[in-house]
Amino acid sequence: MTDQTPSGTLPGDLPARPPRRLGRRGTVQLVMLALLLVLPVAADLLGHPYYVTLASRLTLIAMAAVGLNLALGYGGMVSFGHAAYFGLGGYVAGIGAYHAFDATAFMGMLPGSDNLLVLWPLAMLACGLLALLIGAVSLRTSGVYFIMITLAFAQMVYYFANSWPTYGGQDGLPIYIRNQLPGLDTQDPLTFFLICFAGLVLAMALTSRLMGSRFGAALTMARLNDTRLATAGINPYPVRLVSFVISAMITGLAGALYADLNGFVSPSMLSWHMSGELMVIVILGGVGRLYGPLAGAVLYISMETLLGGLTEYWQLFLGLTLLGVVLFARHGVMGWLAGREPHG
Amino acid sequence: MAEAVLALEGLHKRFGALAATDDVSLTLRSGEIHALIGPNGAGKSTLIAQIAGSLRPDAGRILLGGEEITGLSVAARARRGLGRSFQVSSLAEPLPAIRNVMIGVQAQAGHSFRFWKPAERDPRLIEPALAALARMGLAHRAWTPVAELSHGERRALEVACALAMKPRALLLDEPMAGLGPEGSARLTELLESLRLEVPILLIEHDMQAVFRLAERISVLVAGRVIAHGDGDTIRRDPQVRDAYLGE
Repeated sequence: MTDQTPSGTLPGDLPARPPRRLGRRGTVQLVMLALLLVLPVAADLLGHPYYVTLASRLTLIAMAAVGLNLALGYGGMVSFGHAAYFGLGGYVAGIGAYHAFDATAFMGMLPGSDNLLVLWPLAMLACGLLALLIGAVSLRTSGVYFIMITLAFAQMVYYFANSWPTYGGQDGLPIYIRNQLPGLDTQDPLTFFLICFAGLVLAMALTSRLMGSRFGAALTMARLNDTRLATAGINPYPVRLVSFVISAMITGLAGALYADLNGFVSPSMLSWHMSGELMVIVILGGVGRLYGPLAGAVLYISMETLLGGLTEYWQLFLGLTLLGVVLFARHGVMGWLAGREPHG
Repeated sequence: MAEAVLALEGLHKRFGALAATDDVSLTLRSGEIHALIGPNGAGKSTLIAQIAGSLRPDAGRILLGGEEITGLSVAARARRGLGRSFQVSSLAEPLPAIRNVMIGVQAQAGHSFRFWKPAERDPRLIEPALAALARMGLAHRAWTPVAELSHGERRALEVACALAMKPRALLLDEPMAGLGPEGSARLTELLESLRLEVPILLIEHDMQAVFRLAERISVLVAGRVIAHGDGDTIRRDPQVRDAYLGE
């Protein structure tokens, strides 16, 4: 720590912030991103579209977890209901495509659309509004009550989708033709992967920028010591609520892309298993770390793919890994690979 | 008589049959340190909670700079210029000292919903924060995580956090708690030098510090102010000797 304490503090000689270096953390992060970009491109060139699609899936799960990480990791709000936003984003994409295909209108009013430039903002708007509603109520509580109330809200959304026959009910809703982005062929696996990759990078860049801003400073303080935040003159509640809404919007956009990737959206995207899966990924990767969700998604999808091919009980090994991480590597895979963050 | 910066008017707070605050009125004038003393269980913490805003009084008013703040939240009071420190330090342990101070500067500027511009290197936040740290003799520890600071440094950091908010009044809850004689003397000196910048309502057990710093002393026993006056008056008051000093 001595290198963090500047020695000279003469008048006018402001102690400077210690310089930032790329270091091990930066290197590990760069390598992770580069591999995520290069491997699918190589797979595509070698004629293995299956792996490209797998990479898209990984990228979108990571992006959904980036959204959750903003609430859970950076904000300390343990939401056990983020599947609600993941699924709602998916349903916006699915319902838009359904009406565009049938040339009908949503609830007899809104025409359908298969243009992603329309569907994405719509998915984010819908998720933002839902999160505003859920957050406004849930954030009145904390701790275990917050976990349970977010779960309860997500279950309400789940059962609602389950019992709405117009959009497939429990059978789900197929998307026959992937939604369109002007000028790009979204049916091409590599093109679609690159869209997902751009989404993930944008979500991570936004998170990084947000957490470095004044808002991020307030959110960090809300997590670490909300008494200090209030005493300083900032009410923690609106800070938490805004970050909860942004978190849901990121997860919702990932959900919209995920539905398009699979050509299918069903209540399983809204189920509490999904919420749990996202939480596991955030915790595996490293809570409140920018690259944690990506690292967690890599580990999760790898185990699912490699062990899932050997045994249908692969989640036993996932459970053991999670146990190991929680007991021995509190800072997750990223903590183990790249060392601790400068400030907890 | 100078105008009261902070005024309590007839505060009452009851918990069941217990009158924790019983008709308490007192004022804090600019340029003074007003000490509030009293034995354990006298209701000091309850009174502080009401002034700071974490507890609502059953009756009575609290005024800051002539403006009523009785119904405002903790954060709203802080923005109006009420700075406070806690009996047990309340700081963000993993963060560097300066980040704890910067949040107060930021709150005062009213710009906490800015999502884009980097804050950590913003001189408009760093410079006032460093000035507050320097005021409390902590400039050299600015980038040290709070978890690595000594107990005495944390006590001083709490005051620096409050100072950074450019408060109109400071509420210090036992700032000397847990300090040895040397640390206590050092902090006394620092507080002495703050007197003209910002008036202080000082809740303190360290009698030496209280008699050295305070122009006026109020003695709280069983929720009531039983005596009020300068150091000599309080020292001679038989009721106070009985309730407190002679214990």
